[in-house]
Order: sequence, then C-alpha cells, then structure tokens
Amino acid sequence: MSMLVLILILLAGGLVAWQAERLHPDLPRWAALGVVVIALLFLLYSLPAAPVSLAADPLAGHWLLHLKLAWIPRFGIALELAMDGLSLVLVVLTLLLGLVAIASSWSEIDFKPGLFQANLLWTLAGVCGVFLALDLFLFFLFWEVMLIPMYLLIAIWGHENKSYAAMKFFIFTQASGLLMLLAIVVLAWQGLAADGRLSFSYFDLLGLELDPRLAWWTMLGFFLAFAVKLPAFPFHTWLPDAHTQAPTAGSVLLAGILLKTGAYGLLRFCIPLFPEASMQFAPVAMGLGVAGVIYGAVLAFAQSDFKRLVAYSSVSHMGFVLLGLYAWNQLALQGAVMQMVAHGVSTAALFMLAGALQHRLHTRDMGRMGGLWHQAPRMGACAMFFAVASLGLPGLGNFVAEFLVLLGLFAVQPWLAAVAALGLVTAAIYSLWMLQQAFQGAPDEWREMADFDAREMLAMAVMMVALLWLGLYPQPVLDLAQPVIESLQGLAPGANTVLALATDAAGSRS
Amino acid sequence: MAGIWLIPVLPLASALLLILSTGRMPRQLAALLGAGSVGLAALCVALLARDFLADGEVRQVTLWTWMAVGEFTPRIAFYIDGLTVVMMSVITGVGFLIHLYSIEFMWDDESICRYFAYMNLFVGAMLLLVMADNLLLLYLGWEGVGLCSYLLVGFWYRDPANGRAARKAFIVTRVGDTAMALGLLLLFTELGTLEIQPLLAAADSQWQVGDSLPILATALLLGGAVGKSAQLPLHTWLPDAMAGPTPVSALIHAATMVTAGVYLIARTFGLFLLAPPTQEAVAWIGLCTLLLAAFAALAQQDIKRILAYSTISQIGYMFLALGVGAFASGIFHLVTHAFFKALLFLAAGAIIHCLHHEHNIFRMGGLRTRLPVVFWSFLIGSAALAALPFTSGFYSKDAILLSAWELPGSGPWLWAGGLLGALLTGIYSFRLVFVVFFGPAHTEPDHQPGWKMAAPLVLLGALSLLGGLLVLPLTGIFPPRDHPDASHVIEYISIGTPLLGLLLAYLLFLGRQLPVDALVSSPSGRGLRDFWLAGWRVDQLYDALWVRPYDALAYWWRNEPVDRVYNGVVSISQWAHNRLSALQTGQLRWYATTMVFGLVLLVAIMLRNAA
Repeated sequence: MSMLVLILILLAGGLVAWQAERLHPDLPRWAALGVVVIALLFLLYSLPAAPVSLAADPLAGHWLLHLKLAWIPRFGIALELAMDGLSLVLVVLTLLLGLVAIASSWSEIDFKPGLFQANLLWTLAGVCGVFLALDLFLFFLFWEVMLIPMYLLIAIWGHENKSYAAMKFFIFTQASGLLMLLAIVVLAWQGLAADGRLSFSYFDLLGLELDPRLAWWTMLGFFLAFAVKLPAFPFHTWLPDAHTQAPTAGSVLLAGILLKTGAYGLLRFCIPLFPEASMQFAPVAMGLGVAGVIYGAVLAFAQSDFKRLVAYSSVSHMGFVLLGLYAWNQLALQGAVMQMVAHGVSTAALFMLAGALQHRLHTRDMGRMGGLWHQAPRMGACAMFFAVASLGLPGLGNFVAEFLVLLGLFAVQPWLAAVAALGLVTAAIYSLWMLQQAFQGAPDEWREMADFDAREMLAMAVMMVALLWLGLYPQPVLDLAQPVIESLQGLAPGANTVLALATDAAGSRS
Repeated sequence: MAGIWLIPVLPLASALLLILSTGRMPRQLAALLGAGSVGLAALCVALLARDFLADGEVRQVTLWTWMAVGEFTPRIAFYIDGLTVVMMSVITGVGFLIHLYSIEFMWDDESICRYFAYMNLFVGAMLLLVMADNLLLLYLGWEGVGLCSYLLVGFWYRDPANGRAARKAFIVTRVGDTAMALGLLLLFTELGTLEIQPLLAAADSQWQVGDSLPILATALLLGGAVGKSAQLPLHTWLPDAMAGPTPVSALIHAATMVTAGVYLIARTFGLFLLAPPTQEAVAWIGLCTLLLAAFAALAQQDIKRILAYSTISQIGYMFLALGVGAFASGIFHLVTHAFFKALLFLAAGAIIHCLHHEHNIFRMGGLRTRLPVVFWSFLIGSAALAALPFTSGFYSKDAILLSAWELPGSGPWLWAGGLLGALLTGIYSFRLVFVVFFGPAHTEPDHQPGWKMAAPLVLLGALSLLGGLLVLPLTGIFPPRDHPDASHVIEYISIGTPLLGLLLAYLLFLGRQLPVDALVSSPSGRGLRDFWLAGWRVDQLYDALWVRPYDALAYWWRNEPVDRVYNGVVSISQWAHNRLSALQTGQLRWYATTMVFGLVLLVAIMLRNAA
C-alpha cells in the first residue's frame, strides 16, 4: 500500500502546490519541497527489514514491497506495484534529484510558479510509478503520465525555441511509446493463447514461450521505446533540443531520471521478457551503444552551447549503459546500474550549473563566457568537480560505473570494449574544453556575476558527497542491485553463451 | 609503525581543508597547512623507513573493500615493501622541500590557497599510486596525479595558452592511461585479480615466457607508462607543461609524477620478464627518447624547456635500465634524478623569481656573482645531471650504461646510444650553466632568494652530491644481477664521455674556441636548430594526424547529421499535407467531378471482380 501512497503523495502534492500559489507566490516551492521531503521520509519509514520472495514470481526475486489490487479484472489488468533493490535505488535517486530540481528552480521561475511545481511533482509521480509498476498496462500508463507534465514544463517555461523542442520530445516519445503499447498488447494476447487467461502482469508474462519471429518483433517494440528514452544512437536527436530549451529543473529531471527509465525498462522488461531475441539482438544493441559513446562525445566537443554540450555528453554516457545491459553479465550490469545513478547525479549537477549560468548571464553560449572562475570561484570549483566526474576520474561514481561496464564487456566483446574505452579520451576532450571556455581564460573585468549562494552550494555539496561516496564505497548500491541482477540473469543465458553458439554455428557453416 | 594510512591522508585532509576554505584562509595558515601536512607525512615516512630498515618486513594494510562484484573485489589497501618505501621517501622528502620553497615563491599570488590545495592533493594521490596493493587503486592515484598536473599546469588560468598546455598534458597522458585501463581489463579477465602480488604469481604460473597474452598486457601497461613518463611517442605534453609555476615543474614534472611510468614497470616487472619483446621495446623506446630529447634540449632557449627535455631524456635512461633488466639501477636513477632535477628546477625558479619572470637564457648571463647560492646549487645539479664523477648522477647512470653493455645481442648498441646521450647531456647542461651564469649580465636580479628558497636548494644540493652513496633497500625485490665485470676500458669511456661533453660546452659557449654562431647561422645549421627547437616537429605531426582531423570531424558533425533523417520524415509529411489539403478547394464542381470519377472507378472494380 505504501507505494501507492507514495505516488498519491506526489500527485496530491502537485495539486496543493498548484493551489498554494493563490495564497502567496513563494508558497508553491516550499510546498513542493515539503511534499518531496515527506515522500522521501515516508518511503524510508515504510521499508521492511528484510526482502521476501513472492509466490507468483518465477524469478524468486527479493522484493521489499508488493501490492496487487484488482483494477480492470475483465482484461486482467491489475494495480500491481512492487519494489526490489533496483527500484528502491532508482526511486530514492528520483526523489533526491526532485529536491535538486526544486532547488534549481527556486529563483528562476516567476511565471505561474504553482503550476510549474505541480508539473514537477507530477513528473516525479510518473517516474516513481514507472520504477514500481509491474503490470504492463499500468507501466504504460505511468510511462505516459511522466511524459505529459514534462512536455508542459518545456512548452510553457522553456527558452526561445521551446515549442519546437517540446513537440519533438513529445512526438519521439509518443511514437515509440505507441510501438511499446502495441508490443504489450501482442504479448498479453500471446499469454491468453498460451494459458487461456488474459493478464498484463509481469510475472505471468515472464518466461512465456513465444514464436521466435513474433518474439523478435515484439522485443523490437519494447526496445525502440526504451532506446528513444535512453536515448540510444540514432534515436537521440530529441534530447539536445529538449535539454537546451527546458527550464533548469526540467533538464535536471530529464537527464537525471527520465533517461534512466529507458535503461530501467530494458533491464526490467525488454531483456527478461524476450531473453533469446534480446541476446540475438545484443550485438546490434552493443554496436549502437559504442556508436553513442563516440558520436555523443564528438558532438559534445562540437557544441558552443553549454547545455547542448552537457546533453550530448549524456548521449555518450548512456551509451555505456546500453553496452553494460547487453553485455549481460554481473560486472557489466552492475556497471550499468551504477552508471544510471552516477550519471543521474553528475549530469543533474552540470545542468544546474548551466541553468545558474544562463540565469546570471542570459546566455548559454560559451563563446560569451570565459574567465568566470575569477567572478565565481565556487561555481568554477563545482564545474571542475562535475566535469572531472563526467570524464571518469577514479574516486568518483562515474568511474566505478564505466570501469565495471568495460570490465564486463571485455569478457564478452574485447574489441568493442577497446573502442568504447576511447570514450575515456573523448570525454576528457569535451569536459576540459567546456571548463576552458566557460571558466578559464581572461575574465571580463566589468562583468558582474553573483557566485553560488548557500542554497545552491548545499545542493551541489549533496551531489558531490554522493559521487564521492559512490566512487569510494559503492557497495550499498551494488548490494541492493545484486539480487535483482542475479535473478534476472537466471532468465537469459548471457550474451557470451549466445555469441559463442553463434560463432560455433558460423564456424560449422563455413 | 602503526597508522600507515595516515601518510596519504595527511596531505589529502589538508587539501580538503584548503578547498573548503574557498580561498578565504589567511595565507600564513594556508602555507603552514600546505607545507606542514607534507612535512608531517615525511616524518611519518621517516619513522616507517626506520622500522622497515630494521626488520625488512613487507607491510600490508587494508582499509576497506572498495567494491565487490562477484570475483572482482579490489580493496583500498596498501602494500609497503622496499620499493614503496623508496618512492614514499622521495615523494614526501623532496615534496616537503618543494612545498617549503613554494611558500616564498608563491607568497604574492592571490590564489596561494588554491595552489597548496592542488599541491597537497597531488602528494596524496602520488602516495596512493605508489602504496596501492592493487592496480585499480594504483590507477586511482595515477589519474589523480594526472588531474593535479592538469590543475597546476593551468594554475594561472587567465592565459589561454596555459589552459591549452594543461589540456594537452591531460589528454595526451589520457591516451596512454586508456591503454593502461585496457591492460587492467585484460589482466583481470585472464588472471582474475588485480592485486599486484597475486597477479604476478598467477601470471608466472599461467603464462610462459613469450606468450602473446603477457606481451599484449605489458604493451598496454607500457602505453600508460609512456604517456605518464613522457616517452616516445607520447612525450609531447611535457615541454608545454612548463607553463605551470616552477615548483610544480620541480615536483610533478621532474621528481615524482613523470617517473610513475618507471615505477609501474618496476612494480610489475614480473609481467615484463614474461614478455621479452615488450621489455626490449622498453629499452629501445628509452634510448630513442633519450637521444631525441637530448638533441632537442641542445636547441632550446627557455630555461624551463631545456630542463623539461632533459627530464624526458633522463627518464629515457630509466626506461633503458628497465628494458635491459636493470630494475634496481632504473629506480636508483629515479631517486638521484629526483634530487638533482628538483634542485635544477628550484634553482631555475629562483632565477626566474629574481629576474622578473625571465625565461630566456640568452637574456640572463653573469649570474654567478649576483646569485651565488643559486649558482652553486645549479652547478651541482648540472654536474649530477651530466653524471660527472662522484656526483649522484654518475653512480646511477654508470650502472645503467654498464647493464646495457652486458645485455647479450643489442647490448652494445644500446650502450653506445646511451653514451652518445651522456655526451649530449654534458653539452646541454653546461651550455645552460655557461650561458646563464657566466659572461655579461643582460638582466639584473632585483632581490636575493630568502631562506625558504635557499634551504631547499642547499639540502637538495647535498643530496645531489652525496645521493650516489645511498643504498636503496631493494634487495630481494628484483631478480639479482651478476655484478658488472666489464673491462676497465668500458668504465673509462663512461667516465670520460660526460667530461668530453663539458669540454665541448666550454669550447662552444664560454671559451668560444669553437664557432657556434657560424654553425648555427649556416643554412643547414639553422634548419637543424629550428627542427630541434620545435622538438623534431612532432607537435606539427600530431596536429596534422590527430588534432585537426578531430576538429574537422566535430565541425562536420556539429549540426547533427542524424537529424536530417528525421527532418526528411517531417518534410515528407509536410509535402503530403500540402498536396492533400490542396485537394480541398471548396469548389463544388471539383468535388462533383472527383465523386463521379470515384464512382466510375468503383463500378469498374466491381464489374471486374464480378466477371
């Protein structure tokens, strides 16, 4: 029940924040802050001492919370929510970055602040729902719920080219979401054909025997939806526009958590539901991952817009997630989960910085910055920290993630790992170029710019501590994800086995 | 000594405090904290070294398990043997002297707090690098020192040229680091551990000498070592890295960080023994680098660039030693080089400090009487660099050359190349001495260095003179070598060569018996000088090979070529939209006509189906 309450807190909190504007224009952000804090405390309070196994779960996973209420029994649709270590990590990340998003919008939003905070909270509610839903119909519902408020955030509070960016974001996500809906229906239909009972429950659909060709196409439906969201090369082109035009809080949520729903979907649904088809598809997916790593990094270097640069760096970093997921061994999967968390934090921080710069300088063009370290050493130090986190400096979370992914990948596809490792060099090139253009060089002596204040430094400090913790002692996160990864791995034989079989087959053919 | 963990933590904690003060700490306190923490660490290392020399026991300290994923369980743990103790002593000992010197050198800089924060961070990371018991923690230190090098080279960030040099340093070494990371991936995948001692044991039992896997693994590790230690082909960053404050060059780009590659190879020598081709490549890389850099040093005019090329060259000697299997000699040269090169850089820094930031040696001159302390320390440093008899550099370089001579096969060639390098070293180091300290004065110093700058010079001078007498506690770590029993002729030649270099430098630059100006002004002479001045034009080559193609690629892709596909979809649907909406003319006769034609078509189809 507590998961439903958590989502309801966020949904209802949105209404409260919206209406609070009538009393005082400053009230919505306090209300939003309160709502997220309450949600976070409630979540921590309702966690059980030990995980349990569910009778219906063919994977024998370690579930912390589970809820199943009848909803539309006629179609076998239930209100089924469940939380294991993986969802817990992601929900906590969502709520923490929600706090960061509220903090970053604190003094930026003057137009309809109530509706803004409401949309923010509704996005959070949708994302939490996505991370918790185990009924595929409900999952799709939340998938849409998180899309619409995010669309509004960009379309109403965005920058100069907001309607184009919002529309592009909407169409990309909606079109690919439609394919997923189709795939979900086909899958449920197959379930009906197999055991005469229509059900959208994850547990019922796992391990379904499917015709290989049908499985392939259904898998592609899921993959496309998640690949667009991730975003994987070449479905990423909505991302730079959406990020550039979104208000700071929107970018923080988008990069920090919305992208992770794509990775989560692949890990929770796409690969486990279609293990064989996915493993056949793995070489393609890994190829897209490597392409994303390199392509994103080169394009990041080519940008002069601060936010666009960070957006392309996300494309590059999410390529590592795709690689890790489809390498499908313990090391690589742990790396992918770690990357979801670490990239969430580091990129949220970089977008907050970008937003703060735009708010102060009224430009995102790095050509018009330079030497900002002189005026704003605290901002410079924060930018330095998160830029080196993003280039994978050991001791920070992103390194642990990328190294684990590469380690896992190397066992499966050493040459691909070698190419992906080039991402370490290209990441250094764009990160340091960003620092140079914005913060180093000769300062503009007459420019007046306020440095980070205490509120902003607090948000930054929390994220810095988080990255250091993830980089030096990632074990708590690894331990939470471990049972989930193990149970999911039980389903699919693993890419190396399939590849070995494929090469054997190729060998015997020739 | 308990509390070994305190040694890296002291400078790291001090760095944290300095960073948290966000520059508002009074400079007295910043200096005290910055130099004091390294001083304390040096004291701890001294206690540790005393204990270690007494019992000779390897010490292992585990702080915590970094992460545990299946078999992959790297720990935050230290492994202290004789090699580690030697490295730690150099890092904290020389490091403390340089920190002390920095207080005076950087006193007037508004960012002294930031300076000491980066310097302490560097010392902490460097200590982690040498103390690490596994390659992943070593890699953490490895990247950490790289970051600090970047931060300190670009310390004076207002000049974009400094930023460029800093980025170049980081990115070029990152290319090597990435190779090293791949080496780590390979080693873990094949041997199942990254802990250095078990790794070496596993390699020894699983691999045969000359197998392809150890050759590949060591080649990848060598990639990392070449990048960090500025050897061919990744040496180009070091001369530019001189953009940082001079004490930084002394600490990072002479005494400690750039020798990390030597340490890495020495630490994993067991792997290199399994891969004779890689080991031979180490020797040849060392030889080529030492010659290339020595020729380049001959033509430089910036005092720091001369020293930078000479550092590249001296590390080439260390690689040569490692390549011929004389690991202990390589480490010995690392230690003596740390003394005399830090001394030379600090002395050069004193000159620059007293001469209004003058870098060009031809605008100095006559400083022998004007800056006597600096002169004597520079002279001692140059003598040790040139390996004049009885200086520290003499003992270490002599051992390397003898070991090269003894290598069967290519040994004599390596020896002859090293000897040529020694001759060149003699020439360029005394060219520097004669041009800067003798002859007419071109710039007058405006003050004398104070005690904080002079004391490190004196102490390092003493070490550079007497460091050759040190006996490093390296017995039992490296495979024992037969003691040199080369003929006396070989000995005499290696003693005589640097002296010949000194004589040539005298004739060329002080006595002027040899017509140096005529040599340089002839067309071929000028061409050669320009070629060497530009560091054999390797920078231009890399610009054309890597930098400009990457820029061009980024420029070509900057507007997102993938989006053209989606824009195509948009154009098609817009075109269809226009076409179809053009049908809606609002004219009744058009609608009637199309209805009639539609009906006719329908009837035709029905009739055809019926038939």
